[in-house]
Amino acid sequence: MASWGEASESRLIGKRISRLSGADKVTGKAKYTFDINRPGMLYGRILRSEVAHAQITALNLSEAEALPGVKAVIPLTEPGKRIRYHGDEIAAVAAETAEIAADALKLIQVDYEELPFVVDVEEAMQEDAPQIREDWPGNQSKPGVREAGDLEAGFAQADVEVEATYHAAVQTHVCLETHGHVAEWDDDGNLTVWASTQAVFGTRRDFARHFNIPENKVRVITEHMGGGFGSKFGPGAEGRAVAELARKAGKPVKLMLTRAAEHLVSGNRPSMTQHVRAGATKAGKLIAYDLRGYGTGGFAGGAGFTGPYVYHVPNYRAEKFAVAINAGNARALRAPGHPQGAFAMDSLMDELADALGLDPLAFRRMNGDDNERRNRIRQQEYTIGAQEIGWHRRNAVPGSGEGPVKRGIGMGCGLWGGGGGGGTHVRVAIRPDGSVEAVTGTQDIGTGIRTVIAIIVAEEFGLQPEDIEVKVGDTAPELPSGGSGGSQTIGSVAPVIKTAAIAAKQKLFEKVAPQLQTTPEELRASDGKIYVASDRMKTVTWQQAAGQLGMETISEDGVWDEELRVGDVAGVQFVEVEVDTETGIVKPIKIVAVQDCGMVVNRLTTESQINGAVIMGLSYALFEDRIMDPQTGRQINANLEDYKVAGTMEIPEIVAIAYDTERKVTGIGEPPTIPTAGAIANAVHNALGVRIRELPITPDKVLKALAEQKA
Amino acid sequence: MPEEKEKEQQKKTGISRRSFLKGVGTGAVATAVVPAVLVGTEKSAEAQMGDEMSRTKITLNINGEAREVEVEARTTLLSVLRDGFDTNGDRIDLTGAKPICERGECGGCTVQVDGKTAYSCIMLAMDAQEKQITTVEGLASEEGLHPVQEAFVQHDALMCGFCTPGFVVAAKSLLDENPSPSLEEIKVGLSGNTCRCGTYPFIFEAVKTASRKMGG
Repeated sequence: MASWGEASESRLIGKRISRLSGADKVTGKAKYTFDINRPGMLYGRILRSEVAHAQITALNLSEAEALPGVKAVIPLTEPGKRIRYHGDEIAAVAAETAEIAADALKLIQVDYEELPFVVDVEEAMQEDAPQIREDWPGNQSKPGVREAGDLEAGFAQADVEVEATYHAAVQTHVCLETHGHVAEWDDDGNLTVWASTQAVFGTRRDFARHFNIPENKVRVITEHMGGGFGSKFGPGAEGRAVAELARKAGKPVKLMLTRAAEHLVSGNRPSMTQHVRAGATKAGKLIAYDLRGYGTGGFAGGAGFTGPYVYHVPNYRAEKFAVAINAGNARALRAPGHPQGAFAMDSLMDELADALGLDPLAFRRMNGDDNERRNRIRQQEYTIGAQEIGWHRRNAVPGSGEGPVKRGIGMGCGLWGGGGGGGTHVRVAIRPDGSVEAVTGTQDIGTGIRTVIAIIVAEEFGLQPEDIEVKVGDTAPELPSGGSGGSQTIGSVAPVIKTAAIAAKQKLFEKVAPQLQTTPEELRASDGKIYVASDRMKTVTWQQAAGQLGMETISEDGVWDEELRVGDVAGVQFVEVEVDTETGIVKPIKIVAVQDCGMVVNRLTTESQINGAVIMGLSYALFEDRIMDPQTGRQINANLEDYKVAGTMEIPEIVAIAYDTERKVTGIGEPPTIPTAGAIANAVHNALGVRIRELPITPDKVLKALAEQKA
Repeated sequence: MPEEKEKEQQKKTGISRRSFLKGVGTGAVATAVVPAVLVGTEKSAEAQMGDEMSRTKITLNINGEAREVEVEARTTLLSVLRDGFDTNGDRIDLTGAKPICERGECGGCTVQVDGKTAYSCIMLAMDAQEKQITTVEGLASEEGLHPVQEAFVQHDALMCGFCTPGFVVAAKSLLDENPSPSLEEIKVGLSGNTCRCGTYPFIFEAVKTASRKMGG
């Protein structure tokens, strides 16, 4: 059984190591899909609906086809079909320049009859609302119900009760590299696609299915990609369109979504509205929880969220459903369902603690997690985080601070899986010249897996990370791995890389042992040398050892050893905010994130992940809101100035504590974004003494809450 | 004007897009409101197609090299850098500057023009004539990375890296003007750039380190 060994023995694992792609990314040398320029390449563009709901009556592409410079036009809908939302696809063009492609869109003649639309969740549930999905009567999906214990008996035991409604707005992914592809067919019918994707192998499968060709005739390449956050797992309508345009035009075509389309069509975190009633005992036990909640995932998407969450409750009932509106569909967004659920749950926990007159941290400690591992670690994290933020400084009486600018401290929690799974194949190769290659079909979406692979192999071989040539993001080597989502990448890839490296090293030791008059078991690799454990003078350099291979290259696949990874992680965050009661502006001052990381492989990039997740959580808590116009059915802020994401001016001090809990890897791309919004909401309450139950916590909501408090 | 070209022009200017507009606002819904944006689209389409006919040869000085390119009036500097060809038929292929927001909001396309930061997505190529244009590709020298670039790598001031070229150029410009900025000055100086991965804390550290390395 393989193991990662003791922390004290690790030379590279757990240290701060600059990512291998760093130099390429700071010089502009790194080529993203958006940067791929192929000889003779055309530019693709999609005509999208400007209205929210309509029936297509006629579609005429001939004038667009006739525009000089236009090489292919394809319909993406047809008369008789429905437009379901602002941004829905109508047709696509490929032209010699991006400007001509944009012109050509204006020559496409589409006639349609507008239909009644609805873009507001509450209106969509009214009896007279337009029907969006025939299979969802009243625009509502069949509710999913989870329950445990005896709810009535639970409430009968409760000494205090809280009843509240929490709401979170729709958040869009805002990938800075928009969704898109470059597609190129060769004369033999092979398709090569440069894709901005989180899953090269899944994308290859989808292209092959769409064109009904064998998978080995499709190659998908993602050398670098500019953000996905859960929204880039397949070709999508734009991917199918660009490959069809390329086939029709007989030339490579690049088609990247516009910034507006990125907001409209490429996914979002669904909204959440939940009505919850909960009870607790004087002894501080959460005893009963009754939830009815819903959200919108667009015209056909789900809208799940977590709840109850983190804290054990013996008696509960949770009923949840999705509401269809005329808007773009939801996709997974960094810890789907969790940040909104955590925001509501942690708000509720504070409200119950207030009702009981208990310290919110003490109340949380009394209500542990059902999962033993998470519970044990979270209790430790509470101590670490409370000390780092100075929990004792919080207002014992919320809102009791002096002056117009008030400070408050709050906290929130999260949990995640992230243990990965089997199915990844790799090649760790040692060539006779001593060069080392590690290849697998995962992809580096900015998380740093490329560097992690190099660290693991270099640690095993006694080399440096930059000595390892890592190749990811390409289906051509036929070494499949899963999509980079669910924080599953490291747990899926690292164990296979590790066992492959062990196997390759063993092969090399077998070659070298006779020369050093010893057995392979006696050999060790360190500092670019191979030596005999009992006699360090008996040594050869890595290069000399590899030279023994002659014409042979060692090439090993590994196995997915479950003992090398772990899931079920816990995280806690503590936040201090400053709220200006005259302007309503909430300004986080300090955020402490204590995140269970199993075994940190690269401390530098792990801290980057935690920082980034916290910032996305902050942005969700305070700024982000997809605003739909009820008059026109359009998103009115489908851009980067009216859809606000956190910028440099909003960044507080962030203390990212990558907590090493055991010698097993785990994924942490998602978990640290979960607790932030709830912690901020609780800090705002601690500052003001009034609770804002709606995300984002914008100045208007703060001022309204303060005005209501006065009244 | 050659006959063929004249015909082509007639075809272009004689285009009617009325049937497209007709479909909107005459639908089953009583609210026959034509969204203003659609009207605007048609007008701007006509203006653009008129302009498309005239292409002008200009010379741009990019990273110390003179490149003659043929552009339309509407061609942006960013589009020349990323998608343009020079008059020898060679691709410029400077794809470091990124198209992200398309409207001068996010800083992904930041370059230096005569030493000052400029959003190349909203700068017309014609307006960049007779100026020194420096892109992220022009910062490193034969001796190696620019100190700002070095510090970005050292501090992991990047994740997916798509916004990074813009931040690197903006950070260099900031240090050109203010060699030893405070944290607040760094935040203000880089506030024209957006990162979605949330690399800001390490960007601030990188700029501080670069400032020290450059003797600020």
